[in-house]
Amino acid sequence: MIRGKSLSERLWAAAVWSLIGFFILNLFGLIATVVTSSFATRWLGTWLPAGWTTRWYTAAWTEFQLDDVMVVTFQIVFLVVALSGLIGVPAAYAMARRDFPGKRLVMLLFLLPLLVPPITFGIPLATVLYRTGLAGSMSGVVIANLVPTVPFVILVMIPFIEQVDPRIEAAARVFGAGTFQLFRHVLLPILAPGVLAALLLVLVRTIAMFELTFLTAGPTSQTLVVALYYAVFAAGVRSVQSIDAMAVIYMVTTLVWLVIALRFVNPTQIVARAKQQPAE
Amino acid sequence: MRALAADHAPGLRVRLAAHGLDGVTLLVVPAALFVLGLFIYPFAYGFWLSFNPKAGGVLANYGRFFSDAYLYGTIATTLWLALPVTLLNLALAVPIAFRVRLMRRQRLLTTILVIPITLGTVLVAEGLLNYLGPQGWFNRTLLWLGLVSSPVRLINNYWGVFLSLLITGFPFTFLLTLSYLTGIDPALENAAATLGAKPAQRFRHIFLPLLLPGLAITFCLSFVQAFSVFPSAVLVGAPAGPTRVISIAAYQAAFEEYDYSMASAVAIVMGLVQLGIVAAVLGARGLLYRGPAGGGKG
Repeated sequence: MIRGKSLSERLWAAAVWSLIGFFILNLFGLIATVVTSSFATRWLGTWLPAGWTTRWYTAAWTEFQLDDVMVVTFQIVFLVVALSGLIGVPAAYAMARRDFPGKRLVMLLFLLPLLVPPITFGIPLATVLYRTGLAGSMSGVVIANLVPTVPFVILVMIPFIEQVDPRIEAAARVFGAGTFQLFRHVLLPILAPGVLAALLLVLVRTIAMFELTFLTAGPTSQTLVVALYYAVFAAGVRSVQSIDAMAVIYMVTTLVWLVIALRFVNPTQIVARAKQQPAE
Repeated sequence: MRALAADHAPGLRVRLAAHGLDGVTLLVVPAALFVLGLFIYPFAYGFWLSFNPKAGGVLANYGRFFSDAYLYGTIATTLWLALPVTLLNLALAVPIAFRVRLMRRQRLLTTILVIPITLGTVLVAEGLLNYLGPQGWFNRTLLWLGLVSSPVRLINNYWGVFLSLLITGFPFTFLLTLSYLTGIDPALENAAATLGAKPAQRFRHIFLPLLLPGLAITFCLSFVQAFSVFPSAVLVGAPAGPTRVISIAAYQAAFEEYDYSMASAVAIVMGLVQLGIVAAVLGARGLLYRGPAGGGKG
């Protein structure tokens, strides 16, 4: 590790740190505004609200029928997590262990849904799902959400599986393990942390996945983030604090899972696969 | 067919296995079929549908798109948002990543930066409406510091969307850049330093050539995300005017006019613009060094 000592280097470092500080300050300001507003009785033209209350939470919960929305959200999210694991992990295993003709093409096939933004492929996808009558229902939302999550699981798992020495599996074979035993006693325990990490990332991403759910959801299959969008979109009909209370409920729901996920993954893994960092 | 043939001719099975085709390889089939059916097919279907307009000839949708300023103007509007934001995000991410790379407790910072990505654009847009509004803390602070004499208008216009893309896009760009940067073996920098290279020289001659291919990918991913901006353009932007981005045009065609054919045409145009920029950047990337940047598996 090389650290600069000269004045210009220190000034540069200070400038970079103040940029980071400014960004984080505004980020927390943004979040704090929403939280403060959700507990405010009246907040007009002052630094802080006139008084504090929790009534907006009960108001938002009944107004936006959040118990229904929460049930739908978690049904959709857990279905997406389970299905993307079931489809993605075996495919990742094949991609990591075998070199077959056309592998690069298959890899490109899995990369595309992650590279093309959801709104671009969401519109043709929603069209197909509406034509087949699947859109507007929960299954349509789950199918649409699986399109980016299956490749995501594959791409997160491939390097993880590649790290596992194939000689461990060969050794298990030598000692007479069948395919199922190999899977149950060797692969599953080794891959469990990676699968858990990949699925937690899918979970966090799916709760926050707006575009695909928005394009395919009907009135009974809205997730929390889509309900929040409609609430903000139709702002003016309802009080700001009530919408902010809903936003806080959404934030808490997402951040709880983020905190859980971060116990198992490096934050950079949420966007990319990073080289192993030296232990802190 | 292949499995059937293999049962009768073990020789074939062995030959297939030699090419990496055996039972394990078949595990890739469900996922591949899934992506083919729900990603490639809808695109192909949308492509076909865009040439079968509700009224008019084969190219009627595209003709309408490129003759109506309200529609073709969205390309420029979206580029005018997405390109500056992406470049600014990259310009901020590189120096910050270089600094953070040396940090011991990186995890706290990366965790904080992951928060806006996790919360998503809808929540950021909702927060910005309050925070940047005329009565919000941001404007209050500016007034209190005496930097402005009246509140700056930052929402329901271009800047609202710009800042929302900055808040969700910067962490994404930064974390990608950081992961590419930490993939470069520090021994290379140490070697350069031992040989007497100054920090600027180390950046110019060691890091930059190794980092550029990664930065090209980062640019593409960040650009494509910014180009497909949708919720924040509606919520904190001016969706009828300066931030009427191309995704809004596609959405309106599909869900307000119920003209899926036109919507598909807009989505295809959107995809082609993204593809064009990405292909240009990746084409330039092909000219760069793409070799090992560290010991072991990168």
